[in-house]
Amino acid sequence: MRSKVRLLALIVILAVVLYPLVWMVGTSFKSPEEIASNIGLFPTEFTPGNFAEGWQKFDVAFGRFFLNSAMVAVLTVLGNTLSCLLAAYALGRLRFRLRGVWFAVMIGTLLLPGHVLIIPQYILFRTLGWVGGEWPYLPLLVPHFLATEAFFVFLMVQFMRGIPRELDEAAVIDGASPYGVFRHVVLPLSRPALVTTAIFSFIWTWNDFFRQLVYLSDLKDYTAPVALTLFIDSTSESSVGPMFAMSLLSLVPVFLFFVAFQRLLVEGINTSGLKG
Amino acid sequence: MTMAQMPVRPTEPAPPVPAAHRRGRAVRRRRREDLAGYVFLSPWLLGLLGITAIPMLLSLYLSFTDYSPLIPVTEANWIGLENYRRMFTADPQYWHAVRVTATFALIAVPLKLAAALGVALLLNKAMRGIAAFRGLFYLPSLLGGSVAVAIVWRSMFNGDGAVNSFLSLFGIEGKAWVNDPTWALPTLMLLAIWQFGAPMVIFLAGLKQVPIELYEAASVDGASAWRRFVHITLPMLSPVIFFNLVLETIHGFQGFTSAFVLSNGTGGPVDSTLMYTLRLYNAGFVELNMGYASAMAWVFLVVIGTITVLLFSTGRFWVHYSDSEAK
Repeated sequence: MRSKVRLLALIVILAVVLYPLVWMVGTSFKSPEEIASNIGLFPTEFTPGNFAEGWQKFDVAFGRFFLNSAMVAVLTVLGNTLSCLLAAYALGRLRFRLRGVWFAVMIGTLLLPGHVLIIPQYILFRTLGWVGGEWPYLPLLVPHFLATEAFFVFLMVQFMRGIPRELDEAAVIDGASPYGVFRHVVLPLSRPALVTTAIFSFIWTWNDFFRQLVYLSDLKDYTAPVALTLFIDSTSESSVGPMFAMSLLSLVPVFLFFVAFQRLLVEGINTSGLKG
Repeated sequence: MTMAQMPVRPTEPAPPVPAAHRRGRAVRRRRREDLAGYVFLSPWLLGLLGITAIPMLLSLYLSFTDYSPLIPVTEANWIGLENYRRMFTADPQYWHAVRVTATFALIAVPLKLAAALGVALLLNKAMRGIAAFRGLFYLPSLLGGSVAVAIVWRSMFNGDGAVNSFLSLFGIEGKAWVNDPTWALPTLMLLAIWQFGAPMVIFLAGLKQVPIELYEAASVDGASAWRRFVHITLPMLSPVIFFNLVLETIHGFQGFTSAFVLSNGTGGPVDSTLMYTLRLYNAGFVELNMGYASAMAWVFLVVIGTITVLLFSTGRFWVHYSDSEAK
């Protein structure tokens, strides 16, 4: 009896929590008339028209925005995993002068809000000619190749500390240099931490809005989130369907990641307190 | 290549090495590791210097100037504390943003944590389908920060949105929640609370660590469910509560995307959703008053730092570390 009440409570809460997402899917497939008249979750007739209309809504097709988003996300993943891995190996496994100081500085930057740095960084990148330049994504990407996402450095340091030191020592006795230890011991064993970093980097970058809003000013360079805000300006009733359709599409990659890596994502926030 | 595949030297006995040589080799190895350390650290060091430290100092300098992006940095005029004076005494919007952000953090964060703990307690039972529940409750945390979800939220709480359609079933006439100065901020808070899944997962992991013997002993002593919760669950969970509280508070102060989308970048209606970061963005990138925005950023940094330190110092009084996890 008790457990039935518990189950019922969970189902009710889950229904409320999932309602906005289901409503979004349903509305995406409603015709304009149905959006205005049918208050039910699902349309009486599923119409894909909103997707076609949303795709072509602006002077640049939405596919371009998705491609831009994908490119930024993939390159960010590459930069984050690579540069944070190198930093984490130094801070977590090597003994060198001032290591303790650098580690403390890294921890200090963990809680540094990104909004504090946005203005001087903008000025810096503008001075370098990167803002609105030939390839306007440099300001979005370069910081990720310089391990500025301290969260991932910290995550990997924690992980690497769990790798038995004896392995390093054995490799050193066998004549391995610090580079050899990195290449043959730490790198292969850090795969799980790398995968976690890659997945969270992708999702965060895909959802990121603030930086992309600041740095992208040309319509053809827009990423999906920035392009979606264009819908808000055109508040006419008829654009609700296309707006929902494109919003829905923009959530698909993250949703696929969720389906594929659910276990890993949940464990990832367990071990490190990573935010979703 | 794995360990097993690594070239292994033939294991012939090493000739005895004089002590002086050995020391020389140790020194050389240390130098080598020093060098390697800085080689591996170099990208991070470059980022620390170029992307973090120098910009931070630059923004401190700019906060004392009237810099706008229309002129070169070198031509910005030094105006002393004028930006700070204006912020604290002559900009009602600034205080508005402070109030909105504080309200948001003080109400949304505790409610979010309460929801997370409540659902975690419901889920903390051996039961079929638990993993599916956990995953689905977590889903909003993954999607919720996006522009797309904020757009849906905005439509849902519109005058003719889904919320009002639902209320009309009960004969209640809703309003345009997002356009109402009283209700816009609660709508924004609800979007944050909706994403309770991430702290919930952390709570669940914490609940699994509470030794079952404690509950058994308490039950034998006749403690009610409520007393067991107050005297066992809460104290044992306090480190996790503390962790979530710090994380969510810092996170809460920085909400930007949802406020931007819900108010179409204005922080309206009548500044009711003007989060601090949104005011900062508007000051710097819309009004192009970057000196002023830099001053705002520095105050923000100091306030967040102070709150973090305060949280940590109060933690000593209510966070209970059992011996096994004592620091």
